[in-house]
Amino acid sequence: MTDTLKITDDVLPKFPKHVKFKYNKPRDEWVILAPERLVKLDMVAVEILKLVDGEKSVKNISIELSQKFNAPKDIILKDVTDMLQDLSDKGFIEENG
Amino acid sequence: MDDLKQNNLKTASEHGIQAPLALLAELSHRCPLQCPYCSNPVQLEKKTGELTTDEWKSVIDQAVEMGMHQIHLSGGEPTVRHDLEDIVEHCSKTGLYTNLITSGVLLNPERLNKLESLGLEHVQLSFQDTDNDNADRIGGFKGGHAKKLEVAKWVRDVDLPLTCNCVVHRQNINNLDNFIKMALDLDAERVEIAQVQYYGWALKNRAAFIPTPEQLDHATEIVEKARVDLKGKLVIDYVIPDYYAKHPKNCMGGWGRRFLNMNPKGEVLPCHAAETIPHLKFDNVRDHSLKWIWENSEAFNLYRGTDWMPDPCKSCDRKEIDWGGCRCQAMALTGDAKNTDPACSISPLHNEIFDMAAEEARNAPPEFIYRKYNVRFNSPI
Ligand code: SF4
Ligand code: SF4
Repeated sequence: MTDTLKITDDVLPKFPKHVKFKYNKPRDEWVILAPERLVKLDMVAVEILKLVDGEKSVKNISIELSQKFNAPKDIILKDVTDMLQDLSDKGFIEENG
Repeated sequence: MDDLKQNNLKTASEHGIQAPLALLAELSHRCPLQCPYCSNPVQLEKKTGELTTDEWKSVIDQAVEMGMHQIHLSGGEPTVRHDLEDIVEHCSKTGLYTNLITSGVLLNPERLNKLESLGLEHVQLSFQDTDNDNADRIGGFKGGHAKKLEVAKWVRDVDLPLTCNCVVHRQNINNLDNFIKMALDLDAERVEIAQVQYYGWALKNRAAFIPTPEQLDHATEIVEKARVDLKGKLVIDYVIPDYYAKHPKNCMGGWGRRFLNMNPKGEVLPCHAAETIPHLKFDNVRDHSLKWIWENSEAFNLYRGTDWMPDPCKSCDRKEIDWGGCRCQAMALTGDAKNTDPACSISPLHNEIFDMAAEEARNAPPEFIYRKYNVRFNSPI
């Protein structure tokens, strides 16, 4: 692992190689899989993580979501930042580059 | 036959239990090491009885159909199997998150490279100590530790994430700091610091392993500090020996609730130590589907839920939190798997057993009884 990542607007979040964000068909659920870890995700988290690709910045992810769900940009940006920070502290998100 | 219920016990779905999350696949009990705390049963399975490649592939397909997320390829030493590559490839094709739990000593760079390219996602490498000589003594394998350090580098060279599995006990707990440092030096993502759990081989060696409460408190302090200092850099998982916990661990997330374990000959167990409960009858994937076994197998249904519990668990408000602790430990220490796990401070046997273990911890450690085939020991209890 590299150093602690601070999630800011310009960060390009991505999943580390060993972390898989996946849909499990028989269970009909989205999960994050990592060594000895399994995180079940709610719909909000799934919508955010579907946009995490290492190309889009935190800010752009938030803008896209705020348009899609017709919600205030600053609130969404805060939610996205908090969630990604939490996942990053747990080692499930890293920065591209 | 598959549609017949085996007995009158409630099944998984009648308990409201969903499909398991992960499969622990013991590909082989064979292992070049002889750790005296090995979780394998004291009666080890020989090569001739092991499932074939195709049988494992079928099990993997079934696990995916059931909705399992992860597979842990373990042992013994899973790399003794020459078809490990085929098995990894199959797991990865079907979308299972594939983890290899290994002692590493049989690996080489070419093989790791191949496994990575076939879709292996993570390697868990076991370490016996950070001190070279002591590590080799504990594992009973000369040159083992040096080889492991090399293997860890190869793992990172092919960009596979690494977890260092460190089993700590009174004979290496003073190196806890060094274990964490080693994990950082080896560029591991995660370090798992587990105290020995006492059943199977480890119970035979409890006196050689059990730390004193002071040693344990010190260890816990080190881990807590490191967790803060290394947040976001290194994940530290820590399991304390439940002899010193107030309540037992929530063993496997409850008997037959989340995981299943398969032994090398295809028997399906609720936990890796379940073979230490002599009256359990295990069903085999050679006779039934995995799904049928999860739903109906007596070994699972006997201790599912809470109906089977005697007091004090029965009337305890934690019974759906820790599910009465570990059945194997209850069996090993009280002679009845149904009893409250004596690790629980509420167990009537807790003090007696706790005192005995604490006494052992104060005395000089005895020699190890090494994990081997075809040796029989008298139980120390
Ligand atoms: S604990 Fe030791 S002896 Fe047992 S399987 Fe692991 S490496 Fe082999
Ligand atoms: S009495 Fe049983 S249910 Fe209650 S805490 Fe102890 S082990 Fe858990």
